[in-house]
Amino acid sequence: MARLRLPAVSGSDITSREAWLNRRSFLVSGAATGLGIGSARAAGTLKARATSYTVKDPPTPRVDVTTYNNFYEFGLDKGDPVQNSGGFHPEPWTVRVDGLVRQPRTFSMDDLAALMPVEERIYRMRCVEAWSMVIPWDGFALAALLGVVEPLGDAKYVAFESVLRPDEMPGQRGGLASLDWPYVEGLRLDEAMNPLTFMAVGLYGDRLPNQNGAPLRLVVPWKYGFKGAKSIVRIRLVADMPRTTWHSMAPEEYGFYANVNPTVDHPRWSQGSERVIGSSGFFGAGRRTTEMFNGYGEQVASLYAGMDLRRWY
Amino acid sequence: MPSRRAPVVFPSRLELWLITLIGLVPAGLYFWYGAHNQLGADPVNVFERWLGLWGVRFLVVTLAIAPLRDLGVINLVRYRRTFGLLVFWYAVMHVATYGVLDQHLDLRAVFGEVTTKPFLMVGLAAFVLLCPLAATSNRWSIRTLGRLWGTLHRGVYVVAALAGVHFLMAFKTYTVTSVGYAAALFVLGAAGVVRRVRHNGRRRMSAANEPMRRPKTTG
Repeated sequence: MARLRLPAVSGSDITSREAWLNRRSFLVSGAATGLGIGSARAAGTLKARATSYTVKDPPTPRVDVTTYNNFYEFGLDKGDPVQNSGGFHPEPWTVRVDGLVRQPRTFSMDDLAALMPVEERIYRMRCVEAWSMVIPWDGFALAALLGVVEPLGDAKYVAFESVLRPDEMPGQRGGLASLDWPYVEGLRLDEAMNPLTFMAVGLYGDRLPNQNGAPLRLVVPWKYGFKGAKSIVRIRLVADMPRTTWHSMAPEEYGFYANVNPTVDHPRWSQGSERVIGSSGFFGAGRRTTEMFNGYGEQVASLYAGMDLRRWY
Repeated sequence: MPSRRAPVVFPSRLELWLITLIGLVPAGLYFWYGAHNQLGADPVNVFERWLGLWGVRFLVVTLAIAPLRDLGVINLVRYRRTFGLLVFWYAVMHVATYGVLDQHLDLRAVFGEVTTKPFLMVGLAAFVLLCPLAATSNRWSIRTLGRLWGTLHRGVYVVAALAGVHFLMAFKTYTVTSVGYAAALFVLGAAGVVRRVRHNGRRRMSAANEPMRRPKTTG
């Protein structure tokens, strides 16, 4: 297991992390002196602090992360979001955090930038459709944001609501395959407070492209990708399990929990393994065994102690 | 006897080969793209779906040929076998892509999926049923099997129904594409069944009144 490298790691891992940091500082200085460095991981505009949240596998090329997206607000095909999101305006933006909290508050993106230092985390992303990526996100822990508004004792769940803008999002203008808009996702409060749960404002060091959920999205690396609500305008702390979009659409296919679990299949396909996304053509295309909790079991398995994960998929 | 009866125009071999070759261009093109990393982030999935889509397209064409003739639009019956065989070849490539490129010949995974997932069971059933149809798509089989041949090849309506269901299930939601093609398959398949039933009824009543209207099945 131990694909994750968290603070308690072996010596060899520390070495590679130092190499990692060195490379990064080299890139930063390169950018600062105006050298054009044609690396996929050139230092971005966000100046994110590196962290030890990373995985051994190489990051998915940026071009794939930003052109292969499920974002039904912009269309049903993987290529639709990048094609159809050009008219979307992620600025100015506010996110309202309210519900069962002591200090309900509306944050602008500038407020968030001032309050939450941006850090980089390289996470696995496992889609419920049995493909996966490794993505360098930039953002902050959701727990830090929730700490600012102070959840009340009877808050048990957190609901995330995506933006509703039919004028800018062609997928929201109705039609056959339309979901119930706005898109809603949810977590149990203890899941939301887990240190892994992340609010991303960027990827690969730059602000989130529209097609990836600009300007603010949720990333929950041990759950299937659809849990990661994009372009969030409201975060509500509530007492009851929220009615989430995919779960209401097809409850037997998409559970509320949606933890990555190779032993619980989707009704139409196995979840035992996954296609590794990456621009490699047919013959470099990889397939890897899917790990329980997407490899994050050490950090999150305790959240589900005693729960029947077959029933609560 | 069937083979000597006709004022039927048989297409030339060249015509049939040309249709087949042109029909295989979408597969060849995407295979080339995929092998040269031009199919985007998830090339195997794109190719797999592409082959399925083209199989469905040729199945729609195959099933549309009889109604188009009956409505007096155009008579392409002489090309129907070739289009039917294209359906089969696309199905073969679709299944092979699933097994080889997608599942990397992991037979346990394949077996596990096709025996438990209705989506794949339905698709596999359509493919299995296509095989005897393709294998008997020759004049020798038509002669040898006689009436049985016609009965066997009515299985194409079952293939249409199965393929339509499989195609619908391949999408996470109902889309214009999935519903459109599935509806075409269901309607054309049902029309074929209705045509057979009515035709058989008429034939029982008076075989003499409608001579040679469907030379292939009256023998």
